[in-house]
Amino acid sequence: MLYNEAGQFSTRYAQDRRVFRLRQDRHALLALLLFAFVAVPYLGNDYWFSAILIPFLVLSLAGLGLNLLTGYAGQLSLGSAAFMAVGAFATYNFELRVPGLPLLLSLALGGVCAALTALLFGLPSLRIKGFYLLVSTLAAQFFVQWALTKFSWFSNDSASGVISAPPLQLMGVDFSSPAGRYLFTLGVVVVLFWLGKNLVRSELGRNWMAVRDMDTAAAVIGIPLLKTKLLAFAISGFFLGIAGALWAFTYLGTVEPHGFDLNRSFQVLFIIIIGGLGSLLGNFLGAAFIVLFPILLSNLAGLLPAGLIDAGQVENLQKMVFGALIILFLIKEPEGLARLWQRFRERARRWPLRY
Amino acid sequence: MFKRSLLSSLALAVSLSATAFIAKADGEQYFPLQSYRVGPYAAGGTGFFGGFIDYLKYVNANGGVNGVKLTWSECETEYVVEKGVECYERLKNGLNGAPAAATNPLSVGIAYATLDRSTADKLPLITINHGRTDSTDGSVFPYAFPLQLNPYSEVSAIINYIGQQSGGLDKLSGKKIVTLYHGSPYGKETNEVLQALADKYGFSLTLLEVPHPGNEQQSQWLNIRRAKPDWVILRGWGVMNPVALKSAQKVGFPADRIIGNIWSNSEEDAAPAGAAAKGFISITTHPSGTTFPVTQGIKKDVIDAGHGDLADPKRFGTVYYNLGVVNGILNVEAVRLAQEKYGHKPLTGEQVRWGFEHLKLDDARLKELGALGLVQPLQLSCSDHEGGGAVRFQQWDGEKWNLISDWVQADRALLRPIIEASAQKYAKEKGITPRDCSQAS
Repeated sequence: MLYNEAGQFSTRYAQDRRVFRLRQDRHALLALLLFAFVAVPYLGNDYWFSAILIPFLVLSLAGLGLNLLTGYAGQLSLGSAAFMAVGAFATYNFELRVPGLPLLLSLALGGVCAALTALLFGLPSLRIKGFYLLVSTLAAQFFVQWALTKFSWFSNDSASGVISAPPLQLMGVDFSSPAGRYLFTLGVVVVLFWLGKNLVRSELGRNWMAVRDMDTAAAVIGIPLLKTKLLAFAISGFFLGIAGALWAFTYLGTVEPHGFDLNRSFQVLFIIIIGGLGSLLGNFLGAAFIVLFPILLSNLAGLLPAGLIDAGQVENLQKMVFGALIILFLIKEPEGLARLWQRFRERARRWPLRY
Repeated sequence: MFKRSLLSSLALAVSLSATAFIAKADGEQYFPLQSYRVGPYAAGGTGFFGGFIDYLKYVNANGGVNGVKLTWSECETEYVVEKGVECYERLKNGLNGAPAAATNPLSVGIAYATLDRSTADKLPLITINHGRTDSTDGSVFPYAFPLQLNPYSEVSAIINYIGQQSGGLDKLSGKKIVTLYHGSPYGKETNEVLQALADKYGFSLTLLEVPHPGNEQQSQWLNIRRAKPDWVILRGWGVMNPVALKSAQKVGFPADRIIGNIWSNSEEDAAPAGAAAKGFISITTHPSGTTFPVTQGIKKDVIDAGHGDLADPKRFGTVYYNLGVVNGILNVEAVRLAQEKYGHKPLTGEQVRWGFEHLKLDDARLKELGALGLVQPLQLSCSDHEGGGAVRFQQWDGEKWNLISDWVQADRALLRPIIEASAQKYAKEKGITPRDCSQAS
């Protein structure tokens, strides 16, 4: 009943093609955006902004970047963190070396640099597939880290190789407060998700899915593999690069090359696996799972009376519980959390009737 | 909706955790502890925070600081930057009304990430024996305190010692020194200044990086064997240290030509290497041992009473543990000093900062604290947030550390212009107007 589409007729093609055809979806999205942009800045506190919401949003965006490449275009990659690093360091250098460049522009240019790097490391995808491609993208992971460490120019000759974010200012407005950084991140993430949604609905998105499902067949029906695959790498790199820059600038405020190591790539990969491959909502759900659950567990552990269990043991217990939760979720729903949401929608449509 | 219900249940849990124990802590001073007890650096974390917590307990057992009791809570960082930031944000507002005094993350990465936040939140960031070197310049970094020994002083003191051993700094010319450093911000921090010292004294310097966490060093040590250096400076951390000593033995490099830096100087670094560590030299700002009156007091009031924090009581009096005690003494002394100015009550981070900046420990005061010989004499000021800058050298005899030198001073006059230049560069990048230290009270 809640999700009943009865009575909503499309009278024009444009209506039929809109992103959210159901009125309920549109209203829910609007409410959610209002909530995120208006209510959250009033309700939240520093801890929620700086420690939970910003990393959640940034990792959702990183998930989207990888999801376009892996979930939609079917190209496996373990180089996500490397492209994030390129984005972060490129944005930093544009801000530093080109005086007067607006922050959003250097963010976009950082994304473009990451896209070019991803394009380069996407070249092997024309010859190799699947797990072999995964291994070849590992090269990006190691090469980028090595280059950023080796050439201290990238970090403005900082002794320890750590870059430190310049003040976050946009058209004279200062976004340095926790709420400001949250709003800035949210704004960028919403725009990029909107772009992502339209991309996967476009001809390019359909080409990606054709290549994902069977690239030989896709080539036979005339889809240019070279262009499609490389565009997937480049666009994925662009999204990841911006996610990396946000990670450095709005979340940590500082970053070192090792902050983007292989573990970060795995983290992004797990986000899309747990959230759901080939789903936009899945990125949010996966990032929520990966970011929020450990923090929730750690806060719950804080409730235990002090001295009941040794402090080190509590940490290890949390890791075990988190691991068990991942296994549980993947057994319950191998297609990811996004699929759970889809099933919920189908139920909501019939509710309160059973059949 | 799923996402929102997840958020709200999380909000519920967090608010529950905040309200579950309304043991009111008014009238107490709070220390947020970003500790780490698991992960590759757990040995350092458990020892340091064990000593720190035991000292706070010892102060409480003896009536607190002018009657103000100390309280603390822990948050696990695993030495990971994001977790450290999360912990910082979680703990910075104090506990049940008790205001936070200062943060002590014991991690360079976390310290870098919370540097701006500390300044914005007016909460001192204490990085004892490590941290960002240019934060020594308190006019640009009012809230950061690399107490006792910053990374530049550390290498300068090591080079001075090598000079002493070779019969004078002028004899350094033509010597070969290899620095093996941990591939992290902490490890890289000194590379530039080492190069500057090499240019000044004319020794040849080779910098070799060991990737985090450092349990694979075969190729680096083969390089060292090929280079045949006179000395190897080991700038390690955690598991990297025993692996370095064992690999050195494998390629036949003598342990008594390896000088461990301030984070390669604990029992946990040398003992696991077994016989390979015998003769290994390292620097320290504080001796290990349990004979100081303050450690005896901790033993009597805390450990024998069954409240000790260490899971393994044998680690009492080790280098990491004693560093925790030293850190506890410096933190509590800063609070005590600030109380003289602001009154005997729990203080805000801003007030405690004043205490740190005016910290002055001479031999008489150290004797009163029972820490003479454990803590080096120290005096901080607005422009100098380090204070000491001296180290002693110790040698591992297979079972324990023995001191082999008196205090060796870093060449702080030489380092100061480098530090100031770096701080000015930072101030410019960040748009900070430095304080005028001649006006600071």
